[in-house]
Amino acid sequence: MMQTASKPLLKVEGLSVEFGASRVIDDLSFSVSSGQTVAIVGESGSGKSVTSLSVMRLADMLGANFPAGRILFGTSKGEADLLRLDQKTMRGIRGKEISMIFQEPMTSLNPVFTIGDQVAEILKLHEGKSNTAALAEAKRLLDMVRLPDAAELLTRYPHQLSGGMRQRVMIAMALACKPKLLIADEPTTALDVTIQAQILNILRDLQKDLGTAIIFITHDMGVVAEMADDVVVMWKGKAVEKGAALDIFDKPAHPYTRTLLSAVPKLGSMTGQDFPKRLPLMVLEDGEPRLAGVERVQDTARYSADPLLSVRDLVVRFDIKKSFLGKVTHRVHAVEKVSFDIHPGETLALVGESGSGKSTIGRTIQQLQKATAGNVSFAGKSLSDMTSAERHRLRQDVQYIFQDPFASLDPRKTVGFSIAEPIRTHGLIHSDKEIATTVDALLERVGLTSAHARRYPHEFSGGQRQRICIARALASNPKLIIADEALSALDVSIQAQIINLFMDLQQERGLAYLFISHDMAVVEKMSHRVAVLYLGQIMEFGYRRQVFETPSHDYTRRLLSAVPIADPRQRKQLAAIEGDIPSPVRAVGNEPVRYAREEIAPGHFVARSA
Amino acid sequence: MASRSASSNFLKLEFVLGALLVGVIGIAVIFSGVIFPGGAEKIDLMSRLVPPFTKPAHIFGTDPLGRDVLARVMAGGKISLLVGFVSVAGGVTVGVVMGLIAGYYRGIWDMLVMRFADIQLAMPFILLAITFIAIVGGGLANTIILLVVSQWVQYARLVRGSVLTLREREFILSARAIGVKDWRIIVQHLLPNLIGPVIVLMTLNVATNILLESSLTFLGLGIDPTIPSWGGMLAEGRTYLQTAWWVSVFPGLAILLTVLGLNLLGDWLRDSLDPTGRTSA
Repeated sequence: MMQTASKPLLKVEGLSVEFGASRVIDDLSFSVSSGQTVAIVGESGSGKSVTSLSVMRLADMLGANFPAGRILFGTSKGEADLLRLDQKTMRGIRGKEISMIFQEPMTSLNPVFTIGDQVAEILKLHEGKSNTAALAEAKRLLDMVRLPDAAELLTRYPHQLSGGMRQRVMIAMALACKPKLLIADEPTTALDVTIQAQILNILRDLQKDLGTAIIFITHDMGVVAEMADDVVVMWKGKAVEKGAALDIFDKPAHPYTRTLLSAVPKLGSMTGQDFPKRLPLMVLEDGEPRLAGVERVQDTARYSADPLLSVRDLVVRFDIKKSFLGKVTHRVHAVEKVSFDIHPGETLALVGESGSGKSTIGRTIQQLQKATAGNVSFAGKSLSDMTSAERHRLRQDVQYIFQDPFASLDPRKTVGFSIAEPIRTHGLIHSDKEIATTVDALLERVGLTSAHARRYPHEFSGGQRQRICIARALASNPKLIIADEALSALDVSIQAQIINLFMDLQQERGLAYLFISHDMAVVEKMSHRVAVLYLGQIMEFGYRRQVFETPSHDYTRRLLSAVPIADPRQRKQLAAIEGDIPSPVRAVGNEPVRYAREEIAPGHFVARSA
Repeated sequence: MASRSASSNFLKLEFVLGALLVGVIGIAVIFSGVIFPGGAEKIDLMSRLVPPFTKPAHIFGTDPLGRDVLARVMAGGKISLLVGFVSVAGGVTVGVVMGLIAGYYRGIWDMLVMRFADIQLAMPFILLAITFIAIVGGGLANTIILLVVSQWVQYARLVRGSVLTLREREFILSARAIGVKDWRIIVQHLLPNLIGPVIVLMTLNVATNILLESSLTFLGLGIDPTIPSWGGMLAEGRTYLQTAWWVSVFPGLAILLTVLGLNLLGDWLRDSLDPTGRTSA
């Protein structure tokens, strides 16, 4: 794979980028050769996306200046410094010689044109093809990214395609003019793991066939290990470490790389452990990595006690399509007969991909969503038997933490107001002075300071905001916290800190968590028991060890095999994983098959395929 | 980053200019009776249509009946500003409440409010005005009510649209998850987050309403035409525009400066209510 002998296709030398007075990238150098994949890794704010936008010269439109450096690229007309070219020349290079795939496949296609029109447009623009020739080529491209029924797809609109299919269309468009360099900016971050595995496969195979150079921008060390030949680790706008992927994973030299790698949750790292473990964390202190925190077996679940929360045969459906006469014709079957218990002090994880109904279950328990059938009871009392005062009281005992810490705090209210809101709503403390003291104590408990109470959410980073959300959830002294993808939007090093915070709070307060996630590695680290959901039904349920060490349902195995492992020696051929996640939308009368569950070991349930 | 002290907030150009304009005009209007006792009504047929800046007694000149234009502009502001402010305040109150209810509760409330709004939007203003005045009669109070009735729809639609996007946001969901009561969510979370565009629309509507009042008066549907108002003076001066521009230009200028001042104050208010400190267009 390594073509060190040949002249590099793209060579970035001493690049610096400034926005106004602030320097976002400082003295960055790296090079990419044909057929090679270079991964640029870093956490948010490290400047990795700005790097790719600078190569494309799209950063100009955001107001970037390039005070120093060169970006040498071997165009078809000979080598040129991209920083010295005018935008008109760059337009000829963009899309034709260098193309780009973005993170969000939902928004990067134009909703009012068909897929065929959009793919053909590029061919007409750059290669001057006629309409029929362009459409024929478009069909070939869609076949190339393994989209089934390509001819039919050409006439469809973006909203009729799933996220994974759209991202394949984006790849087809990016490769339409056989570019020499492809820049992929977090191309699989918004996708489910099984779909991510398919996309990575396609990219790798196409690279082999076409000899394209790829710059792969990501924050996910697992994806890096799967894809990259060379790695550039970026931190605060600087490349702190460069080298072959194997070297970086084997013997990371820079302290930052070491902390980053140690924070990545690795699937299988908990093998042989009965309980989740709180592990010390490597932190950077004065530029030196240091282990901080205690190691503790998280044996907090009290199975002898009565279940705190019981869910029995829960069914949630949404009516979506109506006929002309207002009769419902289609429904989303979000949750189909789901049952489980959560005991005090236990972390139960709900894992599944999009459309599995995992968030709907959480929202139904929190009374943000009505159940179609079934029963939820808390501390032995059924929700349907409760008076409205008791149901209100339940919102004190059960708290909900949302995925996006940027969206779940009111931008117009101070952090102190938001944290005090549950206290005031439930009338827990009356004097303003005591409330302020409590808020300060909560802020300090989650690792912030009392001075932060007077600030507004926009003044905080994502990790700090998630800490604020946790403080807010703790304010009413709950017994159960529902964490809905609460870690997904955070950088790995922050993620590791928050996982430890969750575990510490569980130890201190005997909290139970319903932990909703798509990330198998994080689930393995945190949970006592796991429920694997697929299209609204539990496919497998059991203690963490049972599900991760002896997965017994095909879907669980498939999910586990799709998770990228942060070790370049363990690259797997993921050809086995094909096909999209089916849609949970069904016509009325077309009920889904409900699988019976059998107990294959004490506490380990598996859905029996019909 | 955006921590601004209270004093620097009041030193913004927008606030200083806006407060100055509105303040000077407001004081002039309120004390017009003291500065020109009975001046606005005093007819002096010997000095008709005196051009401005020629006689010290009539700095802004006189109108066709020899009344002092400056005195009339100051006195006329009373009706104009009263109608402008009160009608906008009424329209905002009704419209924002209706929009919040329709957007937050959806269902039957939404349907009732919005269908009613659609019907009203389909009706031309003049038709509405003639029907309304024919039924309840003219006068200051009824003119204001008419303007409120005709304008709440704009606010209701604007607010409802914002509520529909806001209510799906996670911070509203998380307030509901905590158990915060509906009215508190509406007042404490929804209202502060949608007030920006409402303020902008309000400042623009003050101007519209001053002019609408004058159109109504011109048609004989509004307030007693002998009471001076800016809109009324504009209409009167129209016939003399070729020969005596000052009769209509000075009341026009008064409207313009008032609206400019209010717009500046409105922008400042919107920005200072936003803790993120971004200055949006």
